Amino acid sequence: MSDHSSEAHSHGSVKSYVVGFIWSVILTAIPFWMVMTEAFDKGPTYITIVVLAIVQIFVHLKYFLHLNFSQQGKLDTYSFIFSAVIIVMVVGLSVWIIYASNAMMM
Amino acid sequence: MSTTHMNTHGAHDAAHDEHHDTGGNTVFGFWLYLMTDCLLFASVFATYAVLFMNTAGGVSGKEIFELELILAGTAALLISSITFGFAMICAHRKNRAGTLMWLVATFIFGGIFIALELYEFNHLIHNGNGPQASAFLSAFFSLVGLHGLHVTAGLIWMIILFVEIVMTGLTGRALTRLACLSLFWHFLDIIWICVFTVVYLMGAI
Repeated sequence: MSDHSSEAHSHGSVKSYVVGFIWSVILTAIPFWMVMTEAFDKGPTYITIVVLAIVQIFVHLKYFLHLNFSQQGKLDTYSFIFSAVIIVMVVGLSVWIIYASNAMMM
Repeated sequence: MSTTHMNTHGAHDAAHDEHHDTGGNTVFGFWLYLMTDCLLFASVFATYAVLFMNTAGGVSGKEIFELELILAGTAALLISSITFGFAMICAHRKNRAGTLMWLVATFIFGGIFIALELYEFNHLIHNGNGPQASAFLSAFFSLVGLHGLHVTAGLIWMIILFVEIVMTGLTGRALTRLACLSLFWHFLDIIWICVFTVVYLMGAI
């Protein structure tokens, strides 16, 4: 049981780590390249680097942290989803409130 | 009499459970700790997002960030993630020498990351851009420094685990601890994705 449970958290294979690594390299290189060469306008650059960061977080969760919806793994996944919702509210609402009040005082 | 009996029975049950499921429960408990750590980082990120424009007439991110340095640090951290993955695979195959070798590799790349960060901090403070210079720099040092402290803690933990594996081998206990450190290490990599995107790349656009 003990072995089985810890397997659920870390049963990655060499292949899955390599696939995750290659995806991460691509998803890190593109935003750095976009910002360092200033090849695009500011607006599209902002949107692209945020989207690529979110995609890379999912790549890490899947290939490095092995989150899944299996019987053993779903508690980890649900607790992560719960935290993610709280984080979006904490960060998103804080920024919204402060910038709105800042705009009102201008 | 009956109470005594109940107690011993309970104690027996606890010992029994511990024997069977302690690894999985420990790793899950550690995962829950990481989720609370996520909230800590989220509040510091929110602080940074609110304060980053308040440079008090001093430097802004665009003037002080050296993206080449950040790219090198990011690469080191990313490589250390995959080397830790290989260490875990070796550990599950009971390959002690392989586990130790990959742990050393992970430690080296993690150390490179911390060295680059210390260089950056030292450079900034030396030029009068320390955390006391503006709200932006306070928030910057808090956020990046908090991540750096976590990585440093991970490196210390890695040394201790290395010694444990050398001395007692890949026991069930060592495997559970490796699994926890693995979660910690990969989790820090995810935090770093947010840091380099929000702080460095957005700051440098």
